[in-house]
Amino acid sequence: MLTPELSQAIFFYIFAAMVLAGAILTITRRSAVHSAMFLIVSLMGVAGLYLLQQAEFLFAVQIVLYIGGIMVLFLFVIMLVNLDQAAKEKQFNGQRWIALACVVLVGVQVFYFLSKGRAAFQIAQPGTLPAASALGNTEQLADVLFKEYLLPFEIASILLLVAVVGSVVMAKKRI
Amino acid sequence: MYPITSAHYIALSAALLLIGTVGVLTRRNIVIILMSIELILNAVNINLVAFSQALHNLNGQVFAIFVITDAVAEAAVGLGILIALFRNKETVLADEVDLLKW
Repeated sequence: MLTPELSQAIFFYIFAAMVLAGAILTITRRSAVHSAMFLIVSLMGVAGLYLLQQAEFLFAVQIVLYIGGIMVLFLFVIMLVNLDQAAKEKQFNGQRWIALACVVLVGVQVFYFLSKGRAAFQIAQPGTLPAASALGNTEQLADVLFKEYLLPFEIASILLLVAVVGSVVMAKKRI
Repeated sequence: MYPITSAHYIALSAALLLIGTVGVLTRRNIVIILMSIELILNAVNINLVAFSQALHNLNGQVFAIFVITDAVAEAAVGLGILIALFRNKETVLADEVDLLKW
């Protein structure tokens, strides 16, 4: 019997497998183009998880901005920069075993506290968002973004302007 | 295993964060280091959206939008630096860029 909870669980595990498998393949492939392709798989999985959590606007932003924007940027740079030489060399650096040991240590800590659950953390109180609002996710998000977060929104636009100017200056031949 | 709670999302996010950290710390190719940073930022976003959903509070999703904005800016500037680096040093391997090393 396919209840909503069961289908949600099935989709969660499909998307989680996409995310984790894509991520692991991204950091282990020799060719940067293959890495970029697997990163796209991973980002699509994240987009699916947003959709599963009723964050439709973030789902669209993830597809348009990450997969459409950032990944095209990455592929452009991979084509622009000659990576053939780098693909022939050693892919992992000298500190890899120390790095892996540190990450495993942090992972053990994180999952220990996750397994303790609510006992380990003070969880914030639930907000006052009406559960069954007539407005969709995008409208509610726009309300919050333009009422409570107007100044950070404008600062983010300045950040993007600085990033545009900075990347053009960086990539220019003669400044 | 089932039903899915926010703890599942948080565990997934922690795993993705750790995979991204391994990528940043162990790879030599700067392009793949930048991709690993994107993985880390996505892990943060999964966490934010999971808590936003669990607490019925949209602030988490707004923060996720700001994190995506930062990721875009970071990728653009990082790839610009990579192009400048490749023009000057003819390498994309992070440990061959040791001009400031003692």
